Amino acid sequence: MYIYVLYVCIACYVGLTCQLVFCPPPSCSLSFLLSLLPPLSKLDVWMEPIDLSTPVDIRVPFTSLQTVKAFLETEDIPYSVMIMDLQVMLDEEQDQMLSARAAAPRTTDDYDYSNYHDIADIYSFQDMLVAENPNLVSKIVIGQSYQGRTLNVLKFSTGGTNRPGIWLDTGIHSREWITQASGTWFAKKIVTDYGRDAALTAILDKMDIFLEIVTNPDGYYYTHNSNRMWRKTRKPNPGSSCVGTDPNRNWDAGFGELGSSGSPCSETYRGPEAHSESEVKSIVDFVKSHGNLKAFVSIHSYSQMLLYPYGYTSTPCKDQSELHDLAMKAITDLASMYGTSYRYGSTINTIYQASGTTVDWTYNQGIKYSYTFELRDTGRYGFILPANQILPTAKETWLALMAIMEHTKDNTN
Amino acid sequence: MVILVWSMGWTLLILLVVLTVVHGNPTVMVRTGSGPTVGFDQHPNSVPLGEDIQTTTEGESEVVEEVMTTGVLNPSHYPARRAATVVQHYLNTRYGSPYRWIFLSTVHSGSAEEVAEMGRKYQLALTMQEMISNVSGQCSAELFFPGGEGQSAPQVQASCEGLHQSNTTAQEEAFYQQHRTSNNLASGNNIPDSYGHVEPSMKPFWHLGGVASSFIMLRESNESTLYNMAQVANFTQLETEKDQLRFNYHVLLHEMISQEIIHWKLLVTWSPEQGVQVLQTELQPKCHHCEAPPNTTN
Repeated sequence: MYIYVLYVCIACYVGLTCQLVFCPPPSCSLSFLLSLLPPLSKLDVWMEPIDLSTPVDIRVPFTSLQTVKAFLETEDIPYSVMIMDLQVMLDEEQDQMLSARAAAPRTTDDYDYSNYHDIADIYSFQDMLVAENPNLVSKIVIGQSYQGRTLNVLKFSTGGTNRPGIWLDTGIHSREWITQASGTWFAKKIVTDYGRDAALTAILDKMDIFLEIVTNPDGYYYTHNSNRMWRKTRKPNPGSSCVGTDPNRNWDAGFGELGSSGSPCSETYRGPEAHSESEVKSIVDFVKSHGNLKAFVSIHSYSQMLLYPYGYTSTPCKDQSELHDLAMKAITDLASMYGTSYRYGSTINTIYQASGTTVDWTYNQGIKYSYTFELRDTGRYGFILPANQILPTAKETWLALMAIMEHTKDNTN
Repeated sequence: MVILVWSMGWTLLILLVVLTVVHGNPTVMVRTGSGPTVGFDQHPNSVPLGEDIQTTTEGESEVVEEVMTTGVLNPSHYPARRAATVVQHYLNTRYGSPYRWIFLSTVHSGSAEEVAEMGRKYQLALTMQEMISNVSGQCSAELFFPGGEGQSAPQVQASCEGLHQSNTTAQEEAFYQQHRTSNNLASGNNIPDSYGHVEPSMKPFWHLGGVASSFIMLRESNESTLYNMAQVANFTQLETEKDQLRFNYHVLLHEMISQEIIHWKLLVTWSPEQGVQVLQTELQPKCHHCEAPPNTTN
């Protein structure tokens, strides 16, 4: 009996002409009557009316929100908000589902080196590696990206004061994912091999190694969330709708000459001036203040090449002969692992004229063993190299790096 | 600093002096007209043939007037490599299919020469590899890059031994029969995906996209470009017409020298008998508000 009366009452509340509505169950239900109320009629009812003591759950689209609230308040129908924004909850659930599939590693032994990772994963990896190897690894923040991300450099050192150093960087061009993935593997390789591999141990007993894995973090984030093929930084260019500067044309070596573009829309845009990008300036400042780097290796993909200066001029660099021979040794060692073949030579001869590049600047600063790598492959997959090639690529490249680092150590006082 | 002035006047001399001072590069050597061929070993500086050296003024994007190497080519250096990649594109337009996709493996030797007033000719000895069967073949090729203002495609002749050993007939026929009726038109996107993954069922469509892209890459190539297909953004199968499978493809090409990602839409047909044909091509603008340059449609 109760329930019939209530039905009638609801009809009245709406301000409709009060009518006695005889509405016997089962055809008549609270749902049916709810549907008669204009503000509620088009809503998605999640928990149907069952009895007087059980609330009704309704999903209210944003466009109806004010109307529904007003109606409920006017009619004195008590309500409470269970979920403020359903979309946010769905997004979070989606994220959880995705990350549950790849559970966050708790140690660098758990970390999956044979897969690509986003920036958060890599930054966690860096912190874990430092925490696990406090006597060997430290993290130096050399600056901030345009969007405020930290520029992290891992320092591998067995002591001393300002020992001669070797610098490695990966990911300066964000779409070259094989490089950040390899850099992560290199970091782990160093801590694993110290004390076990004679050659690496000898290097670290004399020199420090600096490794910047995500050299262009804003770009890297962008390749995960917006455009897989993004290369440059993410700094806007005044007066242009095009974003970003090519960080490998922004260095003060032949800056502005043939081999870079003056157009902000270009993938090889050099920037408004040399070192305009904080991602570049931070390294410049680090190199100058360190003052004792002996080797500088900047790692890119793709093409399978090992390059030495110069890119901005066809004048051979003064150490061309030694750098050429060392490159030959390095790529021979690399090929010994899986037969991967690399070409080598000066940048301008082997790939193209390029001005304002990293290793031309570092070489001109007196860092003799300045090299650029272009990792796998030669075009079949290009930038989107399958994850199952990460480990083979990292392992073979490591042999080339060891050749360069050993030679550096043997030629450094 | 050695400046050889033959028929040019003082203007060039002054220009060179100014440029040399600006660059601080004391070993620029310029020869006008076509001189004797220069071996790459003796002169690390490439020899510009009558072309000015330009610096860029601020804010302008310059046209790169590249220096053209002549004579015996170093197989490791870019001139031979770029020409060889053009041969790769050519071979794919001729022989490629959903089950045959050819890539440059090695440049063994090459040479380049000027063809008076008309363009430049290359001769190359190469190894090419068919990616699906892993069969390699030795090829010799001759290509001609027309000079002048018009944008005409390079002309290629190539003969290869051993590349066609892979017998793709059965696979191609099965694929063709599977897709020729219209009940279930195929489609796909992001091939490979961001992680380099290609679903097995999508692989033939990936190869087909690569082969179809070769038509554009061949047509657009010159001595200052190096093209690869970066990704199939998406493809949709259309109704079979005249016994040809038909597809709309949207591909991303990577041009190595400019580092640009260039979007193209293609209308592609294929059958085992007719091979791959590209009926229409349309350049897509780089950004929404950009305009596509003229002569985009084929």
